[in-house]
Amino acid sequence: MQRFAELLEGLVFQPARNGKLRLIETYFREAPDPDRGYGLAALTSSLVFTQAKPALIRGLVEARVDPVLFGWSWDFVGDLAETVALIWPEEASPHPVPHLTEVVETLSTTGKVELPGVLMRWLDAMDATQRWALLKLITGELRVGVSARLAKTALANFGGVDVNEIEELWHGLAPPYLELFAWLEKRGEKPAVDGEASFRPLMLATALEEDETQGLDPADYMAEWKWDGIRVQLAARPGGQRRIFSRTGDDVGRAFPDILERMEFDAVLDGELLVVRGAEVAPFNHLQQRLNRKVVTKAMLTDYPAHVRLYDILRDGEEDLRGLGFEERRRRLEAWYARVRPERMDVSALVPFSSWEELKALREGARENGIEGLMLKRRDSPYLAGRPKGHWFKWKRGALTADTVLMYAQRGSGKRSSYYSDYTFGAWRDGALVPVGKAYFGFTDEELRQLDNWVRNHTTNRFGPVREVEPKLVLEVAFDSVHRSTRHRSGIAMRFPRVHRIRWDKPAEEADRVETLEKMVVE
Amino acid sequence: MTAMTQSTAPRSPASWLKIAPEGLCCAPGGFHIDPVQPVERAVITHGHSDHARPGHGSVLATPETIAIMQARYGDEFPTRYHALPYGEPIRLGEVSLTFAPAGHVLGSAQAALEHAGTRIVVSGDYKRRPDPTCPPFQPMPCDVFVTEATFALPVFRHPSDAHEIGRLLHSLEIFPERAHLVGTYALGKCQRVISLLRQAGYNRPIYMHGALLGLCALYERHGVPLGPLIHVTNQNKAELKGQIVLAPPSAHADRWSRALPDPVVAMASGWMRIKQRAKAGGIELPLVISDHADWDELDRTVDEVGAPEVWITHGREEALVHHLGKKGYRARALALVGFEEEGQ
Repeated sequence: MQRFAELLEGLVFQPARNGKLRLIETYFREAPDPDRGYGLAALTSSLVFTQAKPALIRGLVEARVDPVLFGWSWDFVGDLAETVALIWPEEASPHPVPHLTEVVETLSTTGKVELPGVLMRWLDAMDATQRWALLKLITGELRVGVSARLAKTALANFGGVDVNEIEELWHGLAPPYLELFAWLEKRGEKPAVDGEASFRPLMLATALEEDETQGLDPADYMAEWKWDGIRVQLAARPGGQRRIFSRTGDDVGRAFPDILERMEFDAVLDGELLVVRGAEVAPFNHLQQRLNRKVVTKAMLTDYPAHVRLYDILRDGEEDLRGLGFEERRRRLEAWYARVRPERMDVSALVPFSSWEELKALREGARENGIEGLMLKRRDSPYLAGRPKGHWFKWKRGALTADTVLMYAQRGSGKRSSYYSDYTFGAWRDGALVPVGKAYFGFTDEELRQLDNWVRNHTTNRFGPVREVEPKLVLEVAFDSVHRSTRHRSGIAMRFPRVHRIRWDKPAEEADRVETLEKMVVE
Repeated sequence: MTAMTQSTAPRSPASWLKIAPEGLCCAPGGFHIDPVQPVERAVITHGHSDHARPGHGSVLATPETIAIMQARYGDEFPTRYHALPYGEPIRLGEVSLTFAPAGHVLGSAQAALEHAGTRIVVSGDYKRRPDPTCPPFQPMPCDVFVTEATFALPVFRHPSDAHEIGRLLHSLEIFPERAHLVGTYALGKCQRVISLLRQAGYNRPIYMHGALLGLCALYERHGVPLGPLIHVTNQNKAELKGQIVLAPPSAHADRWSRALPDPVVAMASGWMRIKQRAKAGGIELPLVISDHADWDELDRTVDEVGAPEVWITHGREEALVHHLGKKGYRARALALVGFEEEGQ
């Protein structure tokens, strides 16, 4: 537990991605099997403990510490696990500090009745950092700023392999990943996971700027609409595993039972998850209602029906199709679809064209819901993991823009910790500014220096790392779309807002009104 | 001084030491302790600027505290300073006053007041663990003990200083290509961190933000050796890979820190015990090093001085009032205003 606790603590305070990677790799190098496997499982949220509810932990601490003092401490610290870790009385314990493996294995076999006694014994034996790590682990959320993808990247660095190789294996493996570590340390064979509904890393597109079409021959490419949903991979075996993977390889199937139940096929497909009513694609925020839900209600299934628009086919039965060119795979996809005809799925239509000008006109004409722009795919491109250059391009519609007023600035982290680099901006409503979004990129280093300087010289109020500034500077922000939102005071939310231009010249009174943004909302 | 008019029982401790708008007022002695507004006669427990404010008519303090105040405020105010070393009683009106070490910073003192057969000890800010830069807190038996409550919650249990300094030195080994920027208060914390580093065998030069140098020189004049210190300038700033740099707590957010080579931002403060608090402040390496007593030390100190009555000032008064009340002490909060939290 000592090593794992040190790792978590290090990660909490480490703002930089590379720093986090270094800490995790070091952990894999130094921690023994099977501890490190369980550590990896914890970082990738592959461990679930259902018994240790916050109420149980509260009960334990209130039996040891004056509940009044505990209550005030909790108010002050704000986080239950941390409060309990810090306040737990430190007395000599006859018990040794358990290893991570012991913790994980004991928790999975211990019943509700014995659990409090076990936890109490562990907490007595541990120091404050270990207690904190234990409580974070058993209550679920680690919140140390590490995604599953980052943990897998560290693992790939540790073993000197491509992270996509790990992604392909991942869903066929289980903690404590002994075979996987053995392979990465060149002590064993690559684990065999064929036959499972495992994840195949997605092929991603690079952005195409307006003038970059010149060097490309239109005859080499096929075009289709770029749908504004969530890219998914459907993987199914008849009578066996069915999975819906996100772009990063997370299994999101639980939130979409209406798709899962219709995956009665033997294939791996690439597509876009959308909410579709009748034939019409709903705006992106309708799909958001379906994300990250632990419980999927009937009403949600009726109100926000999920649909997958298919782009590609990677496996058909036993046949891996990734080596074929796009055009050929596309033919196979159409044939497969004609044969299987799964409900709630259709094939993304191709957009025929003969010249870039023609395609550009088509793109500008498409103001339909759910279309972000166009995808261009080389007819002969195999399906390659990652973002290979020169194969797939996304050609987005021009962004929307608005003139807004800078209201608050927050200091960044890591290399940006001495710069005010995160900006909250507002638009006018009834003579007052209402925050409409937040942006922290889109400017050059030089512009960042200028903005930082301006913030420091126009501060009117400070709240910790946040400064309120005089409402004087106009930021022209660009964004992909605007949606209704009940979570924001303005009632709207922007998608992908970024600072487009700093309008040093423009008086703040001439910035846009909230009404103007409301008119851009896609209903 | 205003005449005593309130209806407290005559000669009870609360009748002769009480809260006034200017701060804690001792009417029969004719003075205020650590007043927040200018007064005629002030008794100052230590040199931190929320306790030692400028503009008083006269100041009674330890020689070290007076040196600190003079260094900070110079001749700006026509204050008359009276130095009183530890352990030497002085008569002020109807009150006898003696200073004893508080172990907080150089010159920090508790004020023991005796009047009408009663002794009140105003401890100022204090800590209980050894500090190479000042003499240790000396418990004094009394009838009323006035204590601070900065860290008066049981979540505050400071780890050992050596452990925390060890973490700083360990980080220096892991990140030899990065400067280590440690936020410290100019008075006390800065010199203590330097001394702790020297105790841990770190003999290389320590790089200093200019704002910290004056008080370091003052400490050295008072017999606290700090070893080689080098002023950080625009010329040497970029060359500080793998070096320890001490600066005021806000410096990492300041433009001053920009030229430093990829600094690891550290901070030495008791508040660093709370992870979210450290994180919110952009601290990458929190060092729990405090000049205040932690919860266990507050509790132990009250037991040691044995006063049946305890008055509690600035901090989390309610928790300590509650806890001491349960232990049988007559404990109450003194609502003093104008004191800052360390680290704010």
